[in-house]
Amino acid sequence: MMRRTLLTGNGAAAWGARLAEADYIPAFPITPQTEIIETLSVWIDRGEMDARMVILESEHSMMAAAGAASVTGVRVFTATSSQGLLYGLEMLYNAAGWRAAFVLVNVSRALAAPVTLEPDHNDVLAARDSGFLQIHCATCQEVLDSTLLAFRIAEDPRVRLPVIVNLDGFYLSFTREPVTLPEPEEVREFLPPFNPENLRLRAGAPVSLAVAVLGGSPYSYFRYQMHLASLNGLTVFEEAAADFERIFGRRHHLLESYRTEDADIVLVMMDSFATKAYDAVDELREAGEAVGLIRPRVIRPLPREQLRHLVAGKRGVAVIDQNLSPGMGGVLHSEVAGALFGMKRAPATLTGFVGGLGGRDIKPEEFYEMVHSTRRAADEGVSPPPRLLYTTEELEEVRRLQAIANVKREERG
Amino acid sequence: MNENRFRSLKDLPTAALLGTGTPMCAGCGGLEALQHIYTLLGEKTVFVNAAGCMTLLSVYPFTPFRGSWLYTAMACAPAGAQGVRDALDILMNKKRIDAEENLEVVVLTGDGSAYGMALSSTSTAIDRDLDFLYVCYDNEGYGNTGQQFSAATPHGARTSTSRGPGGDPLYKKDLFAIWSANQPMYVATAVGAEPVDLARKVQKAASLTGPRLLLVLAPCPTGWDYDPKESMEIGRLAVRTGMWPLKEYEDGKITHTMVPSPRLPVEEYLKRQGRFAHLFTPTRKEELLAEIQSGVDAYWEAVEQDPCAKGTAPAADTA
Repeated sequence: MMRRTLLTGNGAAAWGARLAEADYIPAFPITPQTEIIETLSVWIDRGEMDARMVILESEHSMMAAAGAASVTGVRVFTATSSQGLLYGLEMLYNAAGWRAAFVLVNVSRALAAPVTLEPDHNDVLAARDSGFLQIHCATCQEVLDSTLLAFRIAEDPRVRLPVIVNLDGFYLSFTREPVTLPEPEEVREFLPPFNPENLRLRAGAPVSLAVAVLGGSPYSYFRYQMHLASLNGLTVFEEAAADFERIFGRRHHLLESYRTEDADIVLVMMDSFATKAYDAVDELREAGEAVGLIRPRVIRPLPREQLRHLVAGKRGVAVIDQNLSPGMGGVLHSEVAGALFGMKRAPATLTGFVGGLGGRDIKPEEFYEMVHSTRRAADEGVSPPPRLLYTTEELEEVRRLQAIANVKREERG
Repeated sequence: MNENRFRSLKDLPTAALLGTGTPMCAGCGGLEALQHIYTLLGEKTVFVNAAGCMTLLSVYPFTPFRGSWLYTAMACAPAGAQGVRDALDILMNKKRIDAEENLEVVVLTGDGSAYGMALSSTSTAIDRDLDFLYVCYDNEGYGNTGQQFSAATPHGARTSTSRGPGGDPLYKKDLFAIWSANQPMYVATAVGAEPVDLARKVQKAASLTGPRLLLVLAPCPTGWDYDPKESMEIGRLAVRTGMWPLKEYEDGKITHTMVPSPRLPVEEYLKRQGRFAHLFTPTRKEELLAEIQSGVDAYWEAVEQDPCAKGTAPAADTA
């Protein structure tokens, strides 16, 4: 019997850890992730969850403890956000190199400076090259399901890499949605106990982990191994998703596609703000525009062939990035460009737009404009440089704030 | 456990457990101490390491350890130890491994990590009463990168980032006092050149549960600029001049395990090392020499007045 209940994104992440029967939760609080560790802490204190939680003094130490516990042979869950992810970044690279198989939920929040609490994806994309796999979510159900999928994939001997499950701060972390909670026995069928095989610390079976190497050959060997293991994640995800569907009745894809089959313009967008794009697609369809949406769920490994398949023969692809690489543009845009370059039946254009930074809204009119300008670019056979979404009203709002700042400055002399 | 197992050199184990042929420098005082420590701790250990000279002990595919090893990063070896300790406890509690498969978790770092970058993760490991042994080989500088000065560098020492006429203008941080102030299970200073004292402390540390520190002075021919064959003598002189007090903290009390008597002038220690040569040539820096001597004198006078003083003793070279 599955149970349907209202959960926040954070609550769904905590349920994911609980249902996965995580043994160990090293933690450090940061807004907007705190509800996850508070929820787990209450369950542990009440005896409803047989796990140990330790609060470290920083995310750097938290990631070190998570990786070390994982390579000792227990199932580890942890969560962070934003500055915390970056503070622990050194240990993300290390933990992936140790081939630690834990799950890290990141509640996306834009990075300082200036400091803000609202979301974008510069935090999680800073971990793009760490060796962690990344699963991105748009709904609370996806958060729960992805946490279970993440453990299954991380612990698979063909992968043995840590996995980040990403959800947007506030817009998903604190939004309550109906979520179907699977029964523990069903989850045990999907996710058997963690078998660390020969990668664990025990007396009588000594191992040396994360040792130094001299020279580029052994270094490259181990780094290439990580790359190949990450690529195995594509097959392992598909297998796990098939099992998941069989047991729980819900299918997850590397790339979610919406009304793309007969579309001539395809939008590409990740995480919860993509739900705005679903609405925009429906409205544009009503207005006679053949528009569809691709929402990448997994970006590491990058499902290159699957992406090519979905956009083959389209007029144009418009990537909407909720992040900014200053001096370049959107990160996802360049990822997509790299994946599509040279393909057969390539779209006539690839456009890029940056929006949603620090929780900035993306309005329906902006979706229309992005679709129209992408169609114009396809007609002209050009791929223009990335555009930054910003409206006259927003500029006026900032001008008002600047005016107040100036008045205050003058008052003080 | 019999605290008096080690009374003289002939009580020490004759066979060394740590393998040979490591890339440590000839005459490395840290390796000398680690030899003794590892032989006594045994192979049911996992060494959790942070960036430093001894990171090079385990270079793929070689290791001198018969037990396990996990390299972490410079700031977080104690946090790595936390993860390993917790995981082993969970595995035993949930009956997934037997107690015989348990490991003693040993953090192994230099002073750059122990006195500086890892101080925060160390402090909180003590707060959480983590059951681990921290072994710090203190060679009084960032040795692996060419002996830049660290928080552990003594006042006046010339390093590659303190080449001015006065050497290091700062004073050596009192890590023993910082640890003791956190009220851990055990803190001890030691040096490989006094192996019986070291062995007694290793034995005691190994018999206890909770946060424990062995702060081991590591005479460093490369960084301190002396002939490698002098390492033992330098280590002995550090103790006999009173520059490196041998002591331990337990149950809120500090005990000096070897009071130098007679105490040799600090010059006997300083003049043997190139890092202090500028104190003697081309002219003697009387003021600086007197300052170092008076710091050491003041320390031992305080100890004489109150041998059990808790955390009040200044560091030996602190003026």
